[in-house]
Amino acid sequence: MEVGLWSGYVWPGLVILGQTLLLTIVLLIALAFLLYMDRKVWAAVQIRRGPNVVGPFGLLQSFADFLKFVLKEIVVPAGADKPIFLLAPLLSFIFALIAWAVIPFNLGWVISDLNVGVLYVLAISSLGVYGIIMGGWASNSKYPFLGSMRSAAQMVSYEVSIGFVIVCVLLMVGSLNMTDIVMAQQGFGLMGWFFWKQPVMFVVFFISALAETNRPPFDLPEAESELVAGYQVEYSSTPYLLFMVGEYLNIVLMCAMTSILFLGGWLSPIPGLPHGVLWMAGKMVFVFFMFAMVKAIVPRYRYDQLMRLGWKIFLPLSLAFVVLTAGFMKTFDIQPWTMSDEAREIGRAVEVSHGR
Amino acid sequence: MALQAVAFYLFALVAVVAALLVVFARNPVHSVLWLILTFFSAAGLFVLMGAEFLAMLLVIVYVGAVMVLFLFVVMMLDVDFAALRGRVAEYFPLGALIGVILLVQFVMGFGAWSEGVAQRAAAATPTPADLPNAHAIGMVLYTQYVYAFQAAGLVLLVAMIGAIALTLRHREGIKRQDPLAQIHRTREEAMELVDAKPGEGLQETRS
Amino acid sequence: MNDLLREYLPIVVFLALAVGLGLAFILAAVFLAPSRPDAEKLSAYECGFNAFDDARMKFDVRFYLVAILFIIFDLEAAFLFPWAASFGFIGSFGFWSMMVFLAVLTIGFVYEWRKGALEWE
Repeated sequence: MEVGLWSGYVWPGLVILGQTLLLTIVLLIALAFLLYMDRKVWAAVQIRRGPNVVGPFGLLQSFADFLKFVLKEIVVPAGADKPIFLLAPLLSFIFALIAWAVIPFNLGWVISDLNVGVLYVLAISSLGVYGIIMGGWASNSKYPFLGSMRSAAQMVSYEVSIGFVIVCVLLMVGSLNMTDIVMAQQGFGLMGWFFWKQPVMFVVFFISALAETNRPPFDLPEAESELVAGYQVEYSSTPYLLFMVGEYLNIVLMCAMTSILFLGGWLSPIPGLPHGVLWMAGKMVFVFFMFAMVKAIVPRYRYDQLMRLGWKIFLPLSLAFVVLTAGFMKTFDIQPWTMSDEAREIGRAVEVSHGR
Repeated sequence: MALQAVAFYLFALVAVVAALLVVFARNPVHSVLWLILTFFSAAGLFVLMGAEFLAMLLVIVYVGAVMVLFLFVVMMLDVDFAALRGRVAEYFPLGALIGVILLVQFVMGFGAWSEGVAQRAAAATPTPADLPNAHAIGMVLYTQYVYAFQAAGLVLLVAMIGAIALTLRHREGIKRQDPLAQIHRTREEAMELVDAKPGEGLQETRS
Repeated sequence: MNDLLREYLPIVVFLALAVGLGLAFILAAVFLAPSRPDAEKLSAYECGFNAFDDARMKFDVRFYLVAILFIIFDLEAAFLFPWAASFGFIGSFGFWSMMVFLAVLTIGFVYEWRKGALEWE
């Protein structure tokens, strides 16, 4: 295979770099406004105004915050393990960012359309726990250490039910590819969405996502009243910023996953209107709004209640739904989407050509 | 392809160096972190071989789960590792023996591998060309290899029971929440209306 | 380069970009921000007291149990993924094979529950 240096390596490389750069910039700017929205929603529920000084309606608040973080001193506690102390927020940020590589925003609008896209997200998000454990351990301080231990156990507990919920969806799709999952939800507008087929799993996924991202009401690792700020106590300046950006990137990632798994991704909810990236963005903002409302309304859980909910309710429930979904499909002889004629038409079917 | 080769040597180098650092790191927590990097590079090597599903599982199961446990254990042990280091000489013969046995096994394994090139070529290709990894595994794991699959289930069951037998300790004198009992508590058993006369109060204490 | 690896190349590029960006953030603060450390500022946060001993203390064995149970259920989920993917191909035998597997693990789960391993005290 003869390819020139330019057309074979440099040009594709530049295209990839451009795509990833674009995604990163869009994500970070979107994040700034989502943070603003989070605070505004929270303020509105408490009948406050929220940020309203920097820029029109306070819209530029996040950017001002960013500048402030950059101009603050990095404090590394005396007893800390310095390399790991700085590595922890870096890892949190990196893992939160690269998980976005497989999220499709529109048909073909994806950095890399992996066959095992769902597993990739699961794998990368399961790594997020290291940033927290390492940060808590490296600080060599009591509150961070306790906070990180709690956080690790919590994230681990809810990851299992997230896995089972995803299996429920995959059973109906018959593929681990994210684009396939969205395409399988085509139907009469919003009636094709998996939300209607798996409403219980949607709720379980949503709540597990809250717990997985340490969002209120499951924000025990950073519960102010007992652990001050958990694993972030000793962090300042941009290392703290990286932790925070990583956390919010994970939250928005969970919003994207919810839209893709249950709300039809970029598919239009109204028959006749064109599909597109705006629907995806709209759904993500909607799910994020729900995250913000939960934060504003629901009181914090106690740790034993949190563990009970994860292990005694969500785990058996999601496992039962895996069996139920599979049993239902078996009984009524429903094929996964990737084996349907519809999938074959658009060339997304999985077929066994090398018969066994 | 050149790029593929570069990637292979990069991952392989990182894996080997990180594995060495696991052994030589002074701090056990650092050892675990280097081990994580080793697994990561191994996952990269899997991807290079086209085994993307296995690569993801390696990350999910080993890095995402097993290493968390390792970290917990290392952090929890609270052993004075400096004191342990002084006793290396004591354990050296045993360690050396295990090392020699491993080396012999590697040599034998490599010998068998270099002998059997022809047989391997004759064996079925691991992955049908246009079928994703996960499907290819799924198609044989639950049917053709059903005994191995069920055995894996039993191993997991044993692991579960073993873990509980080894680590479960119930502490005494702890109040647990029983949500069902809370829900089924009625007005009748929880409260009582008493008409207390002025100047008398309640004589007997009620529990 | 085959198609499978072509899909992974962007991830490597993305990873490099993420590392670069993260380092840039940290270095920005290193160069732009003041750095005037003193002993009090660098002491661990302890509500105004000096810490008595190392903060990396022993903690409850329960965390350890949670991690083990997580590994086991994670492996269970790992077996479910290819099963879900190839569900349409493996027929009734594949279906019942998984049901038996899940039944075995459900026994373990019930045991756990009855033993009280899922209670957090």
